[in-house]
Amino acid sequence: MNLDSLLPNLGEWLRGSGPDSDVVVSTRIRLARNLADFPFTGRATPAQKAEIVTRARDAIARAELPGKLEYHDVPSMATLDRQFLVERQLISRELAAVLEGPRGVAFDAKESVSVMVNEEDHLRLQVLRSGFALEEAWADVDKLDDAIEARLVYAFHAQFGYLTACPTNVGTGLRASVMLHLPALGLTKLIDKVFRALQKINLAVRGLHGEGSRAFGDLYQISNQVTLGKPETKILNEIKEVIVTILQYERQARAVLLKERKQGEHDRVARALGTLGSATMITTEETMELLSVVRLGIHLQLINDVPATVVNQLFIQTQAAHLQKLVGHALDGEERNAARAKYLKTRLRELGAHRQ
Amino acid sequence: MKCFFCDKPATLHVTNIVNKKKRETHLCENCARERNLLPEQPGSQIDLPALLNLVTSLQEPEATSTAVATPPPSCPACGLAYAGFKAEGRFGCRHDYDAFHAALEPLFERVHRATTHTGKLPMCARVAVRAAEIDRLHVSIKAAIKAENYEQAARLRDLIRQMEAEGTPG
Repeated sequence: MNLDSLLPNLGEWLRGSGPDSDVVVSTRIRLARNLADFPFTGRATPAQKAEIVTRARDAIARAELPGKLEYHDVPSMATLDRQFLVERQLISRELAAVLEGPRGVAFDAKESVSVMVNEEDHLRLQVLRSGFALEEAWADVDKLDDAIEARLVYAFHAQFGYLTACPTNVGTGLRASVMLHLPALGLTKLIDKVFRALQKINLAVRGLHGEGSRAFGDLYQISNQVTLGKPETKILNEIKEVIVTILQYERQARAVLLKERKQGEHDRVARALGTLGSATMITTEETMELLSVVRLGIHLQLINDVPATVVNQLFIQTQAAHLQKLVGHALDGEERNAARAKYLKTRLRELGAHRQ
Repeated sequence: MKCFFCDKPATLHVTNIVNKKKRETHLCENCARERNLLPEQPGSQIDLPALLNLVTSLQEPEATSTAVATPPPSCPACGLAYAGFKAEGRFGCRHDYDAFHAALEPLFERVHRATTHTGKLPMCARVAVRAAEIDRLHVSIKAAIKAENYEQAARLRDLIRQMEAEGTPG
């Protein structure tokens, strides 16, 4: 399959239509699983990794699933395509560029389900959903897990549960991440306080692209750290309670903004749109910061001619690999900044044309 | 009496009793200070964790001359040594979890504040759990019949039939 066919589409999780989508961008749950018959990926020989891929592909192909998962081999994939899948949140940076040997990813047409093969664990099952949808995502990934297990034997321990390469994943193998857009908490400088509180209760905060990435555009991922000793539903409930509280804080901060400086905010949003629509050179970071302002403006109902979906789309499509695929060839840093500005200008003009 | 760690005269004597077994350790002032067993200034507290660590990690003094607990053996399946696991932070294969078992419980207690999985079971384990449950119910039925509690026996029989039906795929 040519990955270019994915380009004009948007993964379903990015539609911006799910529950609490004014603050919650997306919900993701992943399960780490390993096959009982092989050493973990880090100590498997290339031949063993190839056999793991064969078994995993067979199990995925025969699994009874609502949407067909298509397998893509990573080693034979161009660097740009790998980066593209990272930007789409379908594979990790490690699977794309760090790990070696036979490995790949299977995902569905909606991009809501993905299974990485030979990441740190043999299998990383992932479900992505738009908005705040932990229960739904858990129901989906639980079924996916059962369907794939029907053809495989997982490494499982009577005391320690599902066995994983890293001790931080053992037990349930479950990591739930909720991506939040928190511009108002950022503006009112309350964000650090919130995050210090989160770390105390063992929840992690990361930027858009997970571990080690910076938080651009006020986007943050909140995820659980503990995977052992609690049932999955309890882990999810604990995150849920915390997110509900953060949602309240963010909405309160937004209400205060509207009440105390509506004119100023309106001006900021208009200027952000102005820059996005008229710059001739623009970096990813600046784009994300400005899109964040626009997204806030939409949810504060300061502007109504830019749909939230378009902002979500632009967040992804102005990233390096997407941009190069849109343009159709590789670009260096400066060329990318020029191409990004041109693309933004065109997209925003199209919206303007619709307006009239 | 000589110090446990060096050959200097011992001036500090630690006696601990575990399971009615008395164990004595004798140290010189220098070695005790190095291990935080002596307060730096008069009046300050003795480092209790360090003291506990000393008495629990000591092997039989006559058997070994070092105060290090035996590390878990290497994994017989993949060959990974415990030191390798600690350095990399990654297991080599599923058998490491048994090979390093004794060292893992305290590690998981630190990382997860728990040592036992209580979540989802894989299908094979769910089948085994159900089979064990059904076996247990059969024993209860026999007991109920023996006690002439036929209502109870019938109820248990229905429960078994229901569980068996749920366990049939399709």
